Amino acid sequence: MKMNMKRRVFLKGTLAGVGVAAGAGLLAPQAVLASWNKAAFDAKDANSAIEAAMGGKPADSADITVEAPDIAENGAVVPVAINATKMADVESITIVAENNSTPLAAIFTLSSGVKSFVSCRIKMGKTGKVIAVVKAGGKLYSASKEVKVTIGGCGG
Amino acid sequence: MARKIKVKAKLKTWKVTKEEALEVKVLMKHPMDTGFAKNKKTKEVIPAHYITELTCQLNGKDALTGNLGGSVSKNPYISFYMDASAVKKGDMITVSWVDNKGESSSGKAKVK
Repeated sequence: MKMNMKRRVFLKGTLAGVGVAAGAGLLAPQAVLASWNKAAFDAKDANSAIEAAMGGKPADSADITVEAPDIAENGAVVPVAINATKMADVESITIVAENNSTPLAAIFTLSSGVKSFVSCRIKMGKTGKVIAVVKAGGKLYSASKEVKVTIGGCGG
Repeated sequence: MARKIKVKAKLKTWKVTKEEALEVKVLMKHPMDTGFAKNKKTKEVIPAHYITELTCQLNGKDALTGNLGGSVSKNPYISFYMDASAVKKGDMITVSWVDNKGESSSGKAKVK
């Protein structure tokens, strides 16, 4: 019985060959990443990305600070820091680059004990807003900052 | 295969609040290909390959978890801060990620 099983597996492997390998490659990540929000990360514009990721529309808030350079000489590496330390009960911080092909950059979920502050480096395809969406106390808030991207420019 | 993660965790005065806090810095080696860029020589599209899930733990308990997309820069750098009250020197910060191809890596550091 045991032998038989092994033989079956072996046959299946050799017959299906490349197909199995490719199939496994495609399926494995999806199974592992059940919680990764594909729709949100595939969204092509900022508003639908935020909607898909957070399940609602955020309200503007002056309590969030988006720290980013006014002019980014290299759009491939734009340092961004989101500061929401003035807010209480921050659950997550989301970073969105408005004019990117896939605007949603990252969603960070904070557990208690983590300060409402995250810094990260993101890519920016062209000039546009960097939007921070903060979920605090079950509600959504956002703030943004315009970053000018001068790819290949000499400082501008 | 194995892509390194550099982690640094240090108790220090945080400039934002002027209080002591644990600063955690994470630098991950990863190409973070979006799937849009083309190879300049061959004109072939470079397939998407980026970190999707990031987990940072303090003593085995989730502290910061993140879902990332292709809009995060190559070799991602992330830093965050934690309350100093819950942390002491010698505590362990572990960081791990999984990417869209199912590859994974992890790294750790002791709190200094």
